[in-house]
Amino acid sequence: MIELLTELMSYAFVVRALIVGVLVSLCAALLGVSLVLKRYSMIGDGLSHVGFGALALAMALNLSPLEVAIPVVAVAAFVLLRISENSRIKGDAAIALISSSSLAIGVIIISYTSGMNADTSNYMFGSILAMSESDVFLSVGVSVVVILLYVLFYNKIFAVTFDESFTRATGTNASRYNTLIALLTAMTIVVGMRMMGALLISSLIIFPALTSMRLFKTFKQVVISSAILSVICFVAGIVVSFIFSFPTGASVVVINLLTFTLFSTISLFKKKI
Amino acid sequence: MKLISCVGVTIGYDGQRAVNNVSFDLEQGDYLCVVGENGSGKSTLVKGLLGLIKPQEGSITFDGIAPNEIGYLPQQTVIQRDFPASVTEVVISGCLNRRGLLPFYSRLEKARAADKMKQLNITDIKKKSYRDLSGGQQQRVLLARALCATEKLLLLDEPVSGLDPVMTADLYQLVAKLNQTQGITVMMVSHDLESAIKYGNKILHMKTATAFFGSTEDYLKTEMCQRMMGVQKHD
Repeated sequence: MIELLTELMSYAFVVRALIVGVLVSLCAALLGVSLVLKRYSMIGDGLSHVGFGALALAMALNLSPLEVAIPVVAVAAFVLLRISENSRIKGDAAIALISSSSLAIGVIIISYTSGMNADTSNYMFGSILAMSESDVFLSVGVSVVVILLYVLFYNKIFAVTFDESFTRATGTNASRYNTLIALLTAMTIVVGMRMMGALLISSLIIFPALTSMRLFKTFKQVVISSAILSVICFVAGIVVSFIFSFPTGASVVVINLLTFTLFSTISLFKKKI
Repeated sequence: MKLISCVGVTIGYDGQRAVNNVSFDLEQGDYLCVVGENGSGKSTLVKGLLGLIKPQEGSITFDGIAPNEIGYLPQQTVIQRDFPASVTEVVISGCLNRRGLLPFYSRLEKARAADKMKQLNITDIKKKSYRDLSGGQQQRVLLARALCATEKLLLLDEPVSGLDPVMTADLYQLVAKLNQTQGITVMMVSHDLESAIKYGNKILHMKTATAFFGSTEDYLKTEMCQRMMGVQKHD
């Protein structure tokens, strides 16, 4: 095991992927608790698809991928949030429309410029090779911001997640915190997307929270457990993908799925006893 | 002393007037019940009072109470039913309006939350998860949270919907006790006319506009009340 880990660590790209992945998993898990509980899970999924479209556009225009993707996805986060809050349009349907449209536009742009090739597949399903040194810096920056804001606003995020009307009524600007959560999610997704893949990144947001909720009963426990689980599953996913030469993003998702199944089974047994 | 006075308040969605020219005063110590059929604008009025929706016309004036000092007991949402949160976490979140921009709760807020839980007899379940509680216990928890947020006014939006008769009676008595012994003003939106008459000293009957506002004794004399009571008895 130790041999394997030292071997893993001897590759610079693996080290980069580990740093970025651990930080992104941590942020995604923290934000995911609120998103899942507020029934906003689909926003994470929608944002990653928009991110895919933005990456394709950046590639076609020969611009740096993140410079295009971050602002585009941030704007999309705003829009998706407004749609979800507006009860006249059914939020889930609108999100599905936006996400499939961005995917379609992205695919057309790619096939028009470079043709469907390995790059496309990498964007959709992720590649561990995609992380450059600047990504490492960016992900450190983003995760410091996310974790700092999350800790500082923890009590407000809890209140807004549990009961938005009450929190609004007692004078907290709930929209501000919703927007904050959406923007932080957008940044996390953009940073993690090229490694995990546009189609798979939302699992980092949804799985840890959902898994933790099987067993843990207070908000604090769920948040802490999500953060820990998310990092463990990510590292395990990388190791598995290295041993069996599986795609990285998919391995991480499958490990998350297994953990979820395990936790669900335990909670089922606990209920029977 | 008037805590809240509403003058000619009109609130609408999409061009429709949900609340039309409603005026009433809420005096300190009152137990005001807001009654009316579904769609008569009760919940919209509550949202207007809480500042969640802006009235298009009219004015809502607060005296001796800040708009964010209302202890609001909202209708339960779907989200809350399976929410992983301990009773303590929920109750103390009512203290948020005392913190302003400060990030964490101090000893003061923790003591306040503990005190309210004791008052409502939920101290022994404080570590339990909110989603594992019965409907009545959940309402007590939300009431404790509302009491953390206010010293003066409780605003309850259909607090007994979904509760069984024993829990309902229990909650009504609890609220009446808070009103009588602690002088907390109560405004309750309710479907339950009988209890409204039994506990409230004032009634606001809404039919989008004000159909009646005044003391419970006067309300009992109105034809509208007698007809409604008749309907409820024949149910």
